[in-house]
Amino acid sequence: MSRHVLSLLVEDKPGILTRVAALFARRGFNIESLAVGTTEVEGLSRITVVVGVEGAPLEQVTKQLNKLINVIKVVELEAEQAVQRDHMLIKVRTDASTRSAVLEAVTLFRARVIDVVSDALIIEVTGDTAKCAAFIKVLEPFGIKELVQSGVLAMGRGSKSITEKVLK
Amino acid sequence: MANEVLTGAAAIIRSLEMLGIEDVFGLPGGAILPTYDPLMDSKKIRHILVRHEQGAGHAAEGYASASGRLGVCIATSGPGATNLVTAIADAYMDSVPLLAITGQVGSKLIGTDAFQEADIVGITMPITKHSFLVTKAEDIPETIAAAVMIATTGRPGPVLVDITKDAQQGKAEFVWPPKVELAGYKPVTKPHGKQIQAAAQMIAESKKPVLYVGGGVIRAGAHKELLKLAELINAPVVTTLMARGAFPDSHKQNLGMPGMHGTVPAVTALQKADLLITLGARFDDRVTGDVKSFAPGAKVIHVDIDPAEIGKIRFADVPIVGDAKEVITELNAELPAALKESKPDLKEWWSFVDGLVQRYPLGYTSAGDGKLSPQHVIERIGELSGPEAIYAAGVGQHQMWSAQFIKYERPNSWLNSGGAGTMGYSVPAAMGAKVGQPDRLVWAIDGDGCFQMTNQELATCAINNIPIKVAIINNSSLGMVRQWQTLFYNERYSNTDLHTGTDALMIPDFVKLAEAYGCLAIRVEKEEEIDAAIKLAIATNDRPVVIDFIVSRDSMVWPMVAAGLSNDEVQYARDAAPIWDGVE
Repeated sequence: MSRHVLSLLVEDKPGILTRVAALFARRGFNIESLAVGTTEVEGLSRITVVVGVEGAPLEQVTKQLNKLINVIKVVELEAEQAVQRDHMLIKVRTDASTRSAVLEAVTLFRARVIDVVSDALIIEVTGDTAKCAAFIKVLEPFGIKELVQSGVLAMGRGSKSITEKVLK
Repeated sequence: MANEVLTGAAAIIRSLEMLGIEDVFGLPGGAILPTYDPLMDSKKIRHILVRHEQGAGHAAEGYASASGRLGVCIATSGPGATNLVTAIADAYMDSVPLLAITGQVGSKLIGTDAFQEADIVGITMPITKHSFLVTKAEDIPETIAAAVMIATTGRPGPVLVDITKDAQQGKAEFVWPPKVELAGYKPVTKPHGKQIQAAAQMIAESKKPVLYVGGGVIRAGAHKELLKLAELINAPVVTTLMARGAFPDSHKQNLGMPGMHGTVPAVTALQKADLLITLGARFDDRVTGDVKSFAPGAKVIHVDIDPAEIGKIRFADVPIVGDAKEVITELNAELPAALKESKPDLKEWWSFVDGLVQRYPLGYTSAGDGKLSPQHVIERIGELSGPEAIYAAGVGQHQMWSAQFIKYERPNSWLNSGGAGTMGYSVPAAMGAKVGQPDRLVWAIDGDGCFQMTNQELATCAINNIPIKVAIINNSSLGMVRQWQTLFYNERYSNTDLHTGTDALMIPDFVKLAEAYGCLAIRVEKEEEIDAAIKLAIATNDRPVVIDFIVSRDSMVWPMVAAGLSNDEVQYARDAAPIWDGVE
């Protein structure tokens, strides 16, 4: 199983997310993560999909996605040529004896505390998938009460933009 | 001058008129009622009222497949729309240009489980090329124009436009032509020059080439270009189930149909080829059999307008994305120079192929039970009706025999449900074909099982003066399933007996049924009656004709490659494998 990050530039039309997600399901491709949002251009949205594929059918995925009328562009963002970020909120159990150790981990991972109560903290962390996984490992012994994360966001490095050619 | 203000309903009709639509098939209901009112006044559009929405869908398909024009069907919301689903799926599998317009409950009611509400856009997403939900009157002209463009360009397919009742009732200025903007839709029709050169080179170097021709050649209207290409290369040609008629059967290079029930020469030529020149075909499992052992020694040139078909099943050494007509035209221009440099000597290849053609012609034996041979009946229909006629089959044994034993000389004369395998396609598709091509003789060649799924459209045909001919190949059973039970399930005939034969319960009596529908009905049980009945059917044009041919249920479709097996395992007849020699 190989992991690929695909960035889709799509028209912001009702049902577009269903069309994309259903295509993955129907053609037997596995979505590992998904992030959707608006772009700098009105009417265009960006979907970042992390897809796990067996063997060599990635080309099939992109070709099938390109057939969707509302999909304008499909780009694979390779790890070396793109920045990738996960975003997570983690609620960790803390008390007087553990709080400073947790805060030390927060500093080390350049995370942030965004809510504090006497027996818990909510920590926000961003980074690539490996960093976030490492951070979770560090926090686990203290007791993770709740965890929520966004899909991977990715953007090609350099000055070029995915919307450039589309907008002429 | 200010633009005219129309209701959304009137805008639907006007848009269809402006797009040149002349015939639509449908059935009204609550959510589409506003549109049926201005439809009544249209001088340009003929609406044919069907008896079941599935019939409207297949009729629109038959219309499109026979005429090459867009097929249009209309239904109301909820069950009206869901009854179209089978036909939409069928059109998707066989790349039929189809526009389905459905009424939807008022936009304020969407999502409330309102009466006759169904999310038809959601339901049909996996089986349409695209779909639209329209909730405002002003969006109607643009949406219909976009839908027609998507359905008819690139790889054709079904497009659904779901229009809420309030959008039909609302008013808006009618602006024509509307601005159609589809940023994500740019089908590539013109092939890449370098790929054409590479293909020509590969053809010139091959010693055992085969032209593997699919339905895309018919959809692209590329049969003339194909004829030229085939004669230029002098390679054997195989025409898939969807491509019957793309290349004349009378042409000596045509080996017939490949695949599960293909001819031994067609199946074998593909297996032994060193080059497959694949034109608008998609390596369907019914053609390849076990993919790993399919045409093991062949390089592949794959021409398709849909980039996703290329490399989906089989690696393409030379992929060419483009419209079949444009690609073949360019190949025809490029080839003479390449062939001049190295004209391949195909003598040995042809001597092998010709040997197969001589030893393994298509054939059948008489039925042992005194009943008619279905193959003979179908063969006579073809011979007496000729190549200009249109033949629409259902799905099963009669479909395979119709593909095998009727000689096709032109495209758009063989209609069937290839990809989806939809029983019940035949009668409504024949009806649609007759509407689209009123001057041609149209046969529905149907099975007794298929016929019982959609025969209510005989009422539509009789009332609207659509004189199709229906040949029921009545073996009193679900014949193809029964054949598999004979071959693979120890002759245990679970639920395949339909009791429609003259020596069975005869429920229903197809002659009485057809007469009740106002058709001329004929029953044929003896071989000597076959020709007279067919001739009478051809001569009768004041009403539809139904002939109930009582055929043997033990007749089987041969040759056959059993499901999942390699094409090397093709059986010429039961327990009779062909012997191959000469070329390895």
